[in-house]
Amino acid sequence: MGSTNSTLLKIPNVEVLMQETGFSPAHIIRLHDRFKALDKEGRGYLCPQDFGAIKELAMNPIGDRIIGAFFSPGKETVDFHTFVKILAHFRPVDKDRPKEPNSLEPINSRSNKLKFAFQLYDQDKDGKISRDELLKVLRAMLGMQVTEEQLESIADRTIQEADLDRDDAISFEEFRKSLEKVNIDHKMSIRFLR
Amino acid sequence: MESYLFPFDSLICMLLGISFTVWFTLLLVFIIVPAIFGVSFGIRRLYMKSLIKLFEWATLRMERGAKEKNQHLYRPYSNGIIAKEPVSLEQEIQEMRRGGAEPEFDMSDIFYFCRRGVESIVDDEVTKRFTAEELESWNLLTRSNYNFHHISTRLTALWGVGVLIRYGLLLPLRVTLAFTGVGLLVVLTSIVGLFPNGRMKNYLSDKVHLMCYRICVRALTAIITYHDSENKPKNGGICVANHTSPIDVIILASDECYAMVGQVHGGLMGVIQRAMVKACPHIWFERSEVKDRHLVAKRLSDHVADTSKLPILIFPEGTCINNTSVMMFKKGSFEISCTVYPVAIKYDPRFGDAFWNSSKFGMVNYLLHMMSSWAIVCSVWYLPPMSRMEGEDAVQFANRVKAAIARKGGLADLLWDGGLKRGKVKEVFKEEQQKLYSKVLVGSSEDRSRS
Repeated sequence: MGSTNSTLLKIPNVEVLMQETGFSPAHIIRLHDRFKALDKEGRGYLCPQDFGAIKELAMNPIGDRIIGAFFSPGKETVDFHTFVKILAHFRPVDKDRPKEPNSLEPINSRSNKLKFAFQLYDQDKDGKISRDELLKVLRAMLGMQVTEEQLESIADRTIQEADLDRDDAISFEEFRKSLEKVNIDHKMSIRFLR
Repeated sequence: MESYLFPFDSLICMLLGISFTVWFTLLLVFIIVPAIFGVSFGIRRLYMKSLIKLFEWATLRMERGAKEKNQHLYRPYSNGIIAKEPVSLEQEIQEMRRGGAEPEFDMSDIFYFCRRGVESIVDDEVTKRFTAEELESWNLLTRSNYNFHHISTRLTALWGVGVLIRYGLLLPLRVTLAFTGVGLLVVLTSIVGLFPNGRMKNYLSDKVHLMCYRICVRALTAIITYHDSENKPKNGGICVANHTSPIDVIILASDECYAMVGQVHGGLMGVIQRAMVKACPHIWFERSEVKDRHLVAKRLSDHVADTSKLPILIFPEGTCINNTSVMMFKKGSFEISCTVYPVAIKYDPRFGDAFWNSSKFGMVNYLLHMMSSWAIVCSVWYLPPMSRMEGEDAVQFANRVKAAIARKGGLADLLWDGGLKRGKVKEVFKEEQQKLYSKVLVGSSEDRSRS
């Protein structure tokens, strides 16, 4: 039990953070505790090894890619703000948010969730998922359980179905179109308690 | 000047002498004698009840303090901050398929792994098992004060009194008792060792062990409730229990005599070990012998085969867990063919956290913590004996026993290895995930080719 105000005051720019991400004060505190727990040496930022220490993440087939999503290109550290902003992608969509014109799209919108998933495929960030990148993801998720031919046939079929402009790669729009019937909000959201 | 001091001096000496004698007599009458005969005056239970009332009062004060300042009171959730859905990989992927199409790879399959990964970043099952359990309310010990504010002056005063009582009164008392208990153990077991082997020796050895462990129990102010004593382990069996701290041994051994298993230590531990083994056969391994699994298994089997020897006490988790869950049992003890008597130990963290975080605290520090807590309150459940069934291998048997212990003690049953405290995740876990996913995809294409 603690007074939310005193803990929140210790976090710089917390008002801006709450507004941008939509997390409640209680959530921010809880995430801050988690951040501190992961930051074992108390440096104030996280590096890839801190994420790697999470056992359940290490056993996830695409664990490395998820860790990579937290670090902007070229950066080796993640501060609390970036940590929370990335996790904000997984907040459930706010159904009652008033649609103000010209307002910034919330981080947890359907489109942004799709963008997050897209970047897990598109590692070289060129805006397209090439056949090669698709093969790499398939190999990560299936490991040694399938043969090279099976992987190639799966990749070929997927590109055939999704690639509408026939450039042998899947752009973000094609990605979005192929998933239009999927309930993204349900699949890419984490229910935060209270 | 000096002539004035003299009478004071002797007065002080006299007072000290009297108080010492009184104190010692009280100690003897209220603690040592009951320990010998295994009876209890119920003083500790009364103490426990008053402490509970005190903690509840303290919690109410803090809540009131928070309301006065009009601030939002925030309770730490010990169950995690996110709701994880226990949906399996297959179910999830089936759901994601657009109506009725056969399960083949879809771009959206990555969502499952992605979500699981981020869930584990926010809250994972393993990391929180290796730190002390968070309390719902404050128990007036600074060490469990994580997030508790609004401590009024009255509470602070109470805390101050608590510190005085714990460090000034309880700690010296407990240390004295501990030394008495250990000292008596060494001396008396050596004496019993001089007797010729036979029923008399076994009887005396049992009595001596029980008495000394009971004194140690009182040295920790441990308030233990034993349930289902009709299932107590018998000779020729192995007793397995979940492991939270080195104190587990004392707690179990003060109710029933066991043969201990362990590595030979030097120093004080070594002295105790050598003395104990004179009175009745315990199993102490040299460091080099520990690596040789066959040797270990053989010695254990020989011991259980001899029904005149006491049941062996083993902690299969291999390391101390924080008493909110039971981790993977090492299969070594389950490969020996004999009856297994599972025991579940659950500590009540409100009075003193018994968990030994060996990466944070050394043994001496830990014992100091133990002896300056309010009390150690725990429950011990003796479960009915289990044996390996036909067609069951050691690992399955170990998991069955683990599940029974977890259920009885109200602990979470985890597949994870206690060795994860220090080591990295084995590749085999990742392969399991990959296998599951490939079964969903490739398995279905086999069905198609068949039809």
